Amino acid sequence: MSSSPLTKLQMQGLLARHLCIHIVGAFIVSLGVAALYNFGVAEPRKNAYTDFYRNYDSMKDFEEMRKAGIFQSAK
Amino acid sequence: MLSRAAWSLVLRRGPGIRGTHSPGGAADGQGKMPSYTNYYAQRTYPMPDEPFCTELSAQQRALKEKEKGSWTQLSHAEKVALYRIQFHETFAEMNRHSQEWKTVMGCVFFFIGITALLIWWQRVYVFPEKPITLTDKWKTQQLQRVLDMKGNPVQGLASRWDYERKEWKK
Repeated sequence: MSSSPLTKLQMQGLLARHLCIHIVGAFIVSLGVAALYNFGVAEPRKNAYTDFYRNYDSMKDFEEMRKAGIFQSAK
Repeated sequence: MLSRAAWSLVLRRGPGIRGTHSPGGAADGQGKMPSYTNYYAQRTYPMPDEPFCTELSAQQRALKEKEKGSWTQLSHAEKVALYRIQFHETFAEMNRHSQEWKTVMGCVFFFIGITALLIWWQRVYVFPEKPITLTDKWKTQQLQRVLDMKGNPVQGLASRWDYERKEWKK
């Protein structure tokens, strides 16, 4: 045993304190992950799609594909 | 004759699960056969069924008698001695880390290595020919077809291909 006096441990309210810390933490972590996903993945993807379809000419695309010879019904 | 002597030597070894620390404290000398005991203590099973030392010396018996009185009269050393009679190790000693993880990791890596050698041998001597769809020629034709179809043109494969210059985008 050590000779220095031991400080008294917290004996009560342990579960309440655990829940408090972890509920707040869970909210923060999940909101943080959601925000990160939104600004890291979802927004860039939405922007990529809008940029792609802004000046998209589907007939030109179709002609290119037809010339490449991938269709069976339209040669 | 020789085998019987060897067999009796084996029997004299005893269980030996307690390591080198013999039960009974300092009363028994080294080299005696350790007695069969139900002492078992772990972090998950901390209250053993029986005390660690069952054969007490005269001094220890006197201490046990003193324990029946008021505990405030016991000195610190006596309390420690009583603890050591009852338990083999303190919680700190019982829960100490061992070096076992190094052995475990070493064996794991070793057997992964052996498995790698076995698989290499299999690749050379057992596996049949590659199917035609995995040859380089077929794979380039397949990739060309996907690019012609403009597969995933927004964020995927065809978006990385430069159709004017006919090469991958930098």
